[in-house]
Amino acid sequence: MILLELFWTFFKIGAFTFGGGYAMLPLIQAEVVAHQWMSDAELVNFVAVSESTPGPFAVNIATYVGSEVGGVLGSVCATLGVVLPSFLIILLVATCFEKFRRNRIVKGCMSGLKPAVIGMIGAALLSVAGTVFVSQGFSTALFSDPLTYVSLGIFLLAAVLAFKKKHPIFIICLAAILGVATGYLFA
Amino acid sequence: MPLRLRRALSVFWSFFKIGAFTFGGGYAMIPLIQKETVEKKHWITDDDILEIIAIAESTPGPIAINSATFVGFRVAGVPGAMCATLGVVLPSFAMILAISYVLREFENIAAVQYAFNGIRAGVLALILKALWSMYKQCPKSPVSYVIMATALVLTAFLKMNVLLVIVLCALFGLITSLLAERRQKQ
Repeated sequence: MILLELFWTFFKIGAFTFGGGYAMLPLIQAEVVAHQWMSDAELVNFVAVSESTPGPFAVNIATYVGSEVGGVLGSVCATLGVVLPSFLIILLVATCFEKFRRNRIVKGCMSGLKPAVIGMIGAALLSVAGTVFVSQGFSTALFSDPLTYVSLGIFLLAAVLAFKKKHPIFIICLAAILGVATGYLFA
Repeated sequence: MPLRLRRALSVFWSFFKIGAFTFGGGYAMIPLIQKETVEKKHWITDDDILEIIAIAESTPGPIAINSATFVGFRVAGVPGAMCATLGVVLPSFAMILAISYVLREFENIAAVQYAFNGIRAGVLALILKALWSMYKQCPKSPVSYVIMATALVLTAFLKMNVLLVIVLCALFGLITSLLAERRQKQ
């Protein structure tokens, strides 16, 4: 039952992601790519789409994958799944907040989760780098392919702009324009 | 219309606007929430906003959903929480649903594929930047460096189940912090 599977997969993603935003990427990657709902490259494309549209990444990707896999009903199930865990947990926490915040167990778990998320985003970074630079498999042909250097150039430029706190949408638009220009140049 | 229902509807509309105008999600949403719910509507105070960030950071799920649910509950109880969450989700849901059809039509065009080749390299840089910001915010200690490295190796190279990595790291953090606490007492 695809609708149930969408709901349950995104329920797990919603329940186990701490820190929001890109913290979700490793988990989404593991679940969505493992189900073959999206390829690694499609997932990275969608990160860009999500950055350029309003709303949280988790909701955007749930809606998108749901729609791709199960139509409108699929997108409703996936989105409901990703939202429900935090909705229920916050309702619970809102009624006993002070106790929750001072709780030693919560604090202890968080002290392990924060660095874990960083390590996992690092893993996601490596995997995305793989889809950008070695999508055709690793071989010496990589070094003679002009597109490898184009990707490297765009990456370096985007990195400089990102660390200069330029807006992500601006960076994505620029990368798209450079991609189209160089694509026709070398095709 | 009873007051509580009217407030719940008002919460829905406020969070619908917040959802429609936050790009990038997460912390980008906090200033908008602050403006709408503290300065304009006086539903909550600045202290509550700090509280919301603290809660959002220590509970699972996207910050946008966490904070919408929390504020909605504060303002109008469970119906308020539902309205706020629905409101914040609806704009992106509708927009992405539309985009998913458009994207499917266009993804085979050469120009679009070239554009995404460039975009993927750009996204790599955005993730690097996000990683750096999160690293700066994370408390630095030998234990946290060990967890970072272990989580990286387990996910990237040993391909361990991500859920398992999360649970193991939480347990490890719990045990080390309880041990440190006990040592302090002695």
